[in-house]
Amino acid sequence: MLDTILQILLSAALGLAVLGAVKRFSMWRRGRPAPVDWLGGLMKMPRRYLVDLHHVVERDKYMSRTHVATAGGFVLAALLAVVVHGFGLHARILGFALLAATALMFVGALFVARRRRNPPSRLSKGPWMRLPKSLLMFAASFFLATLPVAGILPEGFGGWLMAVILAVGVAWGVSELFFGMAWGGPMKHAFAGALHLAWHRRPERFRAPHNASAARSSGLKALDFEDIAAPLGVGKPRDFTWNQLLGFDACVQCGRCEAMCPAFAAGQPLNPKKLIQDMVVGLAGGSDKAYFGSPYPGIPVGEHAGAPDQPIVVAGAGGLLEADTLWSCTTCRACVEECPMMIEHVDAIVDMRRHLTLEKGATPGKGAEVLDNLIATDNPGGFAPGGRLNWAADLDLPLMSEQHSAEVLFWVGDGAFDMRNQRSLRAFVKILRAAHVDFAVLGLEERDSGDLARRLGDEATFQTLARRNIATLSGYRFARIVTCDPHSFHVLKNEYGALGGHYEVMHHSTFIDELVRHGALRLGQSKASRVTYHDPCYLGRYNGEYEAPRAVLKATGIEVSEMQRSGFRSRCCGGGGGAPITDIPGTQRIPDMRMADIRETGAELVAVGCPQCTAMLEGVVGPRPEVKDIAELVAEALIEPDAPVKPSAPAAREVAEVQ
Amino acid sequence: MTDLHVVALVSVGAHPTSGRPRRAEQDARAVELGLRLAGEQLQVVHAGDVADEALRAYLGMGLPRLTVLEQPPRADALPALVEHLANSPAQLVLTGSQAETGEGSGMLPYLLAERLGWPLVVGLADIESVENGQALVLQALPRGQRRRLRVRLPFLASVDNGAPAARQSAFGPARRGQLQAQESAPAVDPLLSVATLQPARLRPKRLKVVSAGSAAERMRAATRKATGGGGQTLEGVSPQAAAEAIFNVLLDEGVLR
Repeated sequence: MLDTILQILLSAALGLAVLGAVKRFSMWRRGRPAPVDWLGGLMKMPRRYLVDLHHVVERDKYMSRTHVATAGGFVLAALLAVVVHGFGLHARILGFALLAATALMFVGALFVARRRRNPPSRLSKGPWMRLPKSLLMFAASFFLATLPVAGILPEGFGGWLMAVILAVGVAWGVSELFFGMAWGGPMKHAFAGALHLAWHRRPERFRAPHNASAARSSGLKALDFEDIAAPLGVGKPRDFTWNQLLGFDACVQCGRCEAMCPAFAAGQPLNPKKLIQDMVVGLAGGSDKAYFGSPYPGIPVGEHAGAPDQPIVVAGAGGLLEADTLWSCTTCRACVEECPMMIEHVDAIVDMRRHLTLEKGATPGKGAEVLDNLIATDNPGGFAPGGRLNWAADLDLPLMSEQHSAEVLFWVGDGAFDMRNQRSLRAFVKILRAAHVDFAVLGLEERDSGDLARRLGDEATFQTLARRNIATLSGYRFARIVTCDPHSFHVLKNEYGALGGHYEVMHHSTFIDELVRHGALRLGQSKASRVTYHDPCYLGRYNGEYEAPRAVLKATGIEVSEMQRSGFRSRCCGGGGGAPITDIPGTQRIPDMRMADIRETGAELVAVGCPQCTAMLEGVVGPRPEVKDIAELVAEALIEPDAPVKPSAPAAREVAEVQ
Repeated sequence: MTDLHVVALVSVGAHPTSGRPRRAEQDARAVELGLRLAGEQLQVVHAGDVADEALRAYLGMGLPRLTVLEQPPRADALPALVEHLANSPAQLVLTGSQAETGEGSGMLPYLLAERLGWPLVVGLADIESVENGQALVLQALPRGQRRRLRVRLPFLASVDNGAPAARQSAFGPARRGQLQAQESAPAVDPLLSVATLQPARLRPKRLKVVSAGSAAERMRAATRKATGGGGQTLEGVSPQAAAEAIFNVLLDEGVLR
């Protein structure tokens, strides 16, 4: 009797699940085409989940272990249940195996339930609060229903009453775990997540070692302007590639992104988790009423709705989300770093920004002005291009246009126009000279790297700047590019490749570290005491460089007292992604929060390696710890041999390029 | 206001620090005003080279097309514009006050209005309404003052930096929009064909010597409205006498000869 009911329930749930899966799959496929390795991806999926992803999942040990028991138990139990109860293969050994699997799952589900008793704010509620009960119900009812198969209880034990109770339990369990998985319930994360790992748009992220720059795959993907039919960015959910849509569906709403997001903490209207859920609403159609997590700060839930062919941002009101949500992002990648599902939040945000900038001309704040400046003067400040080398007027820097080749090409960056950053640049030149490095600068031939334009969504200006820089660089011979700006560093290293520029690029901290290790620099004891170090996002999370800056500081005798949020969990300074340009209001400022982190260590000085971070942290009102670039700290500790004073020849002035 | 024929005249500008071609600041403001007034019905006209990519920056403001009256370099834009406007149903023509490239004399709006026989409003800040063949407009005066004028259509208006800032130019519409060439008789500029252009030099300014004792007085002197000094107010005179008085002033100043 019970066997028949179980058979019917199982086959019905599985049948409906298959139907739902096909429907969900067709929803994803509404997106634009993207090439994937269909079979290879599926084959690699188990390894990606079990091995490559482990370091991310493992950061929450409680949940990691709970998940092993629950998910492992469930997968085993589900397979065995289909064999035992679905096909009626009542072998005793299978019965015992199924008992073990359900018991394991039950234990895991108990821990899930425990976490849900008083859930942290980052977790979504709503249907997610039901999930542990469903898991327990599934495990318990299959356990009991399998006892007779294992021969522990006699067949037909408990009679009708037992059969009815078990049938209800199984029905609840399978409808959540099989049916709900394919029809958008909380268990959707397992189904979509597995396929997302298989057909991820950045398969290189699963490379080992995971913390290497290549495995970070942090460069944005280029728009193809040759393809006139392709949309310029994402204006409606359908404009995402289909595997991006699939990726959104993989979200398990664990809220780790929310907990790390600097914009969310600052009360700006962004919550990465909600953003991804809004994209899910967009791909399936509907409103955000069914969302039970933290809202975007200041924007109530339930007022936005969307559909695959509806515009995402509607000026005025409505739409899937507000434009301010997209412009709050500092592109610090903290969400991407934390996501145990490898969802690409920053890609999605920049895709949508591209539409707003390239199609709508709706870059907020000073965006339009800055982009116009980049187009007309190659720098965001609109300074006369002829003044790019004024900071080094007395340094007699070797110019690439004169000597055509050098060991090191020193990429100065737009910090050249900023008086504060000029101090760091001059310090770095002092270091280069002290180490007798054969270097040269591009001088007036250098242009903005395009980082800012690209993060503001102006892919066209980025590509123009990048192509011109690549053309300039192609005329000279050099072994490597060294820069003090992690943003230029990242763009030159990871984003010029798609446009034909392949270089070995180093951040100045890495380069100084190399000089120190080769004994090219004589360093004394730095006078700075009580120092902490702030990891720039574009150096750390984007490129995995955490060690070199610390090694350099150590070489000057500085003992770094680490902040709680350092390394891959470093909190953004608020200066990335054009956030200071768009300047979306919040309840507090991101650099103030970072300065509070710095103060917590008791440091009197914070070492930085990025002109943006310097500007943002120095913008915090005093009294506050001093902010110094690594180059400045090293230059101060430099023991210079009695350097012969070179009479500086009058520098040949280039004529400002006017076109 | 929907069937109002609005034309904006645009030129190719130059960025003040780099000198690179761009949309001219004031002309872009004229287009902005026109777009607010007429939306996509706005006609935008340029006399010059249809291949000039800088013109696309205007298209990027959301214009489907831009008419280019083809002229060789250094030609006089005036005859082509007069001919085009006279043969069009234009009721309101908007233009920047002064070009950023070329001669940049700022004379074009005046000469155009003279040839067309239309009134000219300089320093247009906003157009409040257009009804019954009359427009209610705001004219920008120094120090943020505004003067409300009622002008009959058709008329010509030049905008300066008192007009609302131009919207952002977006890449997508700029790429899609069409530059439509229209043949027009080339007009040789007799002066430009022999003369050479050189950047204008700022004239030295006479220092205002303030001999004031207190800070408040110096402040007042610094912020005082510039006044012409001379001049006379005519009140209660006949139009005949008033016109005569104005005519005499123009003769004295050498405006009329």
